[in-house]
Formats: sequence, C-alpha cells, structure tokens
Amino acid sequence: MFDLERWEEIFDTIRKNKLRTFLTGLSVASGIFILVILLGIGEGMRNGISQEFKRDAANIIYVYTGVTSKEYKGLNPGRRIQMKNEDFNYASLKHQDDLEYKSSIFRIWNGIVNYRKESGSYRVEGVYPDYQFLENSGMVEGRFLNYKDYHNYEKVLVVGNKVRNDLFKDNKQPIGEYIQISGVNFKVIGVYTDPGGEREESRVFMPLSTAQRVFGGANNIANMAFTLEPEESFEKALAASSSFSADIENQLKETHTIAPDDESAVSINNSLENAKRFYDLMDMIKFFFWGVGICTIIAGVVGVSNIMLIIVKERTREIGIRKALGAEPLSIVGMVLHESIFVTAIAGFVGLIASLLLLEFVGPLIETPYIANPAVNFNVALTTVFILILAGAIAGFFPAWRAARIKPIVALRDE
Amino acid sequence: MIEIRDLHKSYKMGSSSLHVLKGINFSVAEGELVSIMGSSGSGKSTFLNILGMLDELDEGSYTLDGVPIKNLNEKIAARYRNKFLGFIFQSFNLISYKSALDNVALPLYYQGINRGERMEKAMAYLEKVGLADWSGHLPNELSGGQKQRVAIARALASDPKVLLADEPTGALDSKTSYEVMNLIQEINDEGRTILVVTHEPDIAAMTKRIVNLKDGKIIQDTRVKQIRALENV
Repeated sequence: MFDLERWEEIFDTIRKNKLRTFLTGLSVASGIFILVILLGIGEGMRNGISQEFKRDAANIIYVYTGVTSKEYKGLNPGRRIQMKNEDFNYASLKHQDDLEYKSSIFRIWNGIVNYRKESGSYRVEGVYPDYQFLENSGMVEGRFLNYKDYHNYEKVLVVGNKVRNDLFKDNKQPIGEYIQISGVNFKVIGVYTDPGGEREESRVFMPLSTAQRVFGGANNIANMAFTLEPEESFEKALAASSSFSADIENQLKETHTIAPDDESAVSINNSLENAKRFYDLMDMIKFFFWGVGICTIIAGVVGVSNIMLIIVKERTREIGIRKALGAEPLSIVGMVLHESIFVTAIAGFVGLIASLLLLEFVGPLIETPYIANPAVNFNVALTTVFILILAGAIAGFFPAWRAARIKPIVALRDE
Repeated sequence: MIEIRDLHKSYKMGSSSLHVLKGINFSVAEGELVSIMGSSGSGKSTFLNILGMLDELDEGSYTLDGVPIKNLNEKIAARYRNKFLGFIFQSFNLISYKSALDNVALPLYYQGINRGERMEKAMAYLEKVGLADWSGHLPNELSGGQKQRVAIARALASDPKVLLADEPTGALDSKTSYEVMNLIQEINDEGRTILVVTHEPDIAAMTKRIVNLKDGKIIQDTRVKQIRALENV
C-alpha cells in the first residue's frame, strides 16, 4: 500500500486510461451524490413536518364539551353540557402526581379590544399561568400571568405579538399601557409569541379568576387543557395519556349524567395520539428514503462491479504480458485492486463533498412548506462511501483473482 | 544451459486426450543460437511454452542453468521467468498505453529496481536496439520492426540467461525480418543463449543449429553454418 513504485505504476495507468477512470469515478460519485441528496431531502421533510406540529405542547390533552345526543336516566338528548371549575379542580386534584401543566379556559365572546383609536376583535380568554407552556408560547416582552394575578383578580393582560402590532402603532411600548375589553380597562403586562404563527398570536389572555368575575362567567369554564409528566419512552407516554383521557371522560360523564356511549357530549383531543400518527408517517418517510438510498447504493455497487469486470477483461492480455515478464499473481491482484480502490475512494469523496456543499448552500434557500433545513448525518454519508469502496474492491477482487490465475499462454493467445 | 529429458505433454480435449510432445530429449549449451522448426501442429509452440515456464510439463525433467524446473507454483514460476528468461512474441505484446521506454522498463519493475535506475537501464537497451530517439512513443506510433525491436530490448532488460523467441519475424516483411534477425545474431554474438521458433527456412538458416520437430518428436537436430542476416538485407 505504501510502496512508492506501486503508486507510480498506478498513477501511470490512471493517467493513460482517462476515460475508463472517469467512467468508474462517475458511477461512484453520482451514486454517493444521489444518496446524500435523497437522505438530505428526507431529513428536510422530517424537519419541515415537525415544524408544522410545533404549535402546541406535543403532549397536550384538550377537553371540551358539546351537546348530548342520547337520552340518559330520564334526561333528554340535546342538553348543552357546561363544565365548571369543580370539574377542573377535581381532575387536577385526582391526577396531581401525573400532571405537568394544567389550565382551564374561560372564553369571553365578542371581545372587542380597544387601545385609544385602534380596535380589533380577538379571542379573549381567561387562563391559568400554566397556559403559557400548554400553548408553547414564548415571551417577547414583559411576563406571562402568574398565580398572584389569579388570586388577586388582577385586571392584567398578556397579548399576542400580532395584537401588539395591530394596536400599538409606531413601535409604542405596550407594557404598562391600558387596553379596554368591552369597556373594561386592563393593564398590559406581557407580549407573547407562538410557534403556531399569526393565528395563534392574535389572542389575548387574562387571569381565569378575573375573566369569570368581570365577564359574568360564574364558575363556568369552556375547556380544560393538560399535559402529563414526561415518560421515558413514547409508548409509555402514549399509554399514560390515553388512560388519563379515558379517566377524565368517564369522570365528566358521571358528574354531568351523560350516557357512557355518548360520543358528542365530551370530546378529548389527545395530541399524543395525533403525534403517534405523525411519528408513524415520519417513520414511513424515513424508511422510504432509506429504501431508495439503499437501492441507489446497490445500483452503484452493481455499476462499479460491472466496470471492474470489464476493466479486468480488457486488461487480460496486459496481465498475461506482465506475468510473462515476471509479475506474481498477487501483484496483479494488488495492482487491479489498488487502482480500483484509489479511483472509487477519490470519486466517492468528490461525490460526498459535492452533495454536502449543495445541501449546505442550497438547502437553507429552500422555502417550500414541509421541507426545512435539508441536512444529512455526516457519519452516515461517510459510511456509505466506505461501503461503496469496499463493495467495489470485493467486486473487483474476483475478476482480478481469476485473471491473475489465467496462464500467460492463454492470456497471450492471439484472438 | 538447458537440459530436457523424456519430455511428455498432452492436452485434454473433452473426453479424449491429445498427446502433443512424445518424449523429447534436448539440450542447449550456453551461447547457442537454436531454431526450432516444424509445421503447425508439430508441437513447437507447446515446447517453447514449456521451456518458457508458461506451461507445465507432464512427464520428464527440465533443468535450466542447473536449476530443476518442477512443481512450480505461480509465484516461483513468475520469479524464474523474470530472472532466467526473456520473451519475444510474434505479436510483440507490448503494453499499448505505455511508452517504448516504460515497456522496456517493465521487467525491471518486477525485479524491484527503483525508478531512476530502471529508466537508465531501459534507455541503454533501447539505444542498443537503435530506438533511443523513439523512447517516448507509444507502440501504435511505431512500425512493426520497431515494435519488435522494443520487444527485444524488453526481453533483454532483465538480463536473462535465455531468450525465447516465438516466430519473432512472423508478422514482419522479409527486409524487416532480416533486420530483426541481424539484431538477434548480434545479441547472440555477445554470448547470450537464444531459442527461435520459426517455420521459415531462411530464418532458421540464420541460426547455428536447427532442430526439426514433427508429431511431437525431434526428427532432426543439425548444426549448420550460420548465414549472417546482414548479407541478405
């Protein structure tokens, strides 16, 4: 391998057989190139789709009620089910060891929001401080609601980024300003941002207690949202959240006298169950790209093997001459393999570098939905290069070995 | 130099076997220039291949420069070929993508001689065959006679004990043939042992000894007065 004379001989052969070398190299380089680009796009789709699902906490469980559809214990169907604070408190207390974040939501309908001359209609909700984490919101300015606000019935507001932009023109500082909701003054204490984008940022939050008291909500709540403590595996988390959902549902049905098989009165949206479908989809995409990638590699290996076979065939006479001049069989095999490994290695890395450069520079420019930051695991790419080189070497070895064993008189025989 | 006793060789052709060489006894002293003649099918090429260790014998013994040639594996055969023998072929068998100089240097590469020395020696042999000016040319840029002279330089490069020439003039016109034979005679004059296989009587007449093969046996082995090729050119 480190024999300088051998290297000189190899370079000599490569220099004098440019087309052959180029073709071998091309098949290897394009194989690697295609594979890396495919894996990159696969990863990009993963990233892109993940982003679409980042709006709320990944494991949020959302409870809301509707109208009964079945007669039960003498009660008519068509009853509207209204959840109360007690429902939320009971659920929180019962599952307090399992819950990570929890909040009930009181919604204020027709919430017209005014600031001086500006006004707008936004979703106005009374929530618990935990709601920030349930919504996956981040703070741009100020702070979110806290439990002190809740206990003191503070008239404070946290507004979404879009609300801020709509109401506070000329980059005016919103913190500390007073906003009117249905004519009642509230002080702005924070501005939040949400990965869900503008739709999720055009909302206004106030403490649940304030909302219920100021807007005549008594102890009614519209929804409940929970997340459970993280589990070590996705399967466990899914099982825990499913059993939690079932328990909440049963509890609500019992409290509000709903038929156990009534589908429309209580609805629970378990995002972990949705996430499972999403992860299954991701896995399918991943398998698909790996499948395509592996097929590409196989095609590359077949291509390299073919070329090696032809090269050796073409060189049979030369090998005969070399043997007549005193080349040992092993040196023939070594020569052929040395050349093929050298060429496939160089070509493989050229393909690798070209594809990585493309992903690096063109990748961030892609702005299609569902594809973001296409990138590839460098080790995976490097491994495939080595697999291809190894395959090329193995594919080249057998014809080379056979050629080296042909008797010189056979190889030299005039066709 | 060469000592052959009771040489037999047969080839399997499907179910039947073809007995090509049927008991050959043959010896060559150092410095001889021997031609081996025979019609096609007489076994002369097989005989030369066995002498050249390109093929194995079935029965008998072969001693080359005091070394018994038997039970050779590929590796040892390759080493012996490199050390003892130089080949000249009818179809030249130069490597097409290597220059004349590189072709001549090839046997030296397999002797493990470093590049500088290899090129120097190869150049000396090219000069000897009168092709120093053509050293950088590829074989397909050379005429038939020039190609054969490159091949002769290559055969000489490893300084072998014996030169084996298989129809060296078979692909050449008579004028060029005589030039090549003249070169072979000059090399022989320096004391090198040379065996030439040919079916042309005029070429055979330019050697010092003619061995006639027929049906796998030597039917005639005569020393002749050598005709100098130069006189015929």
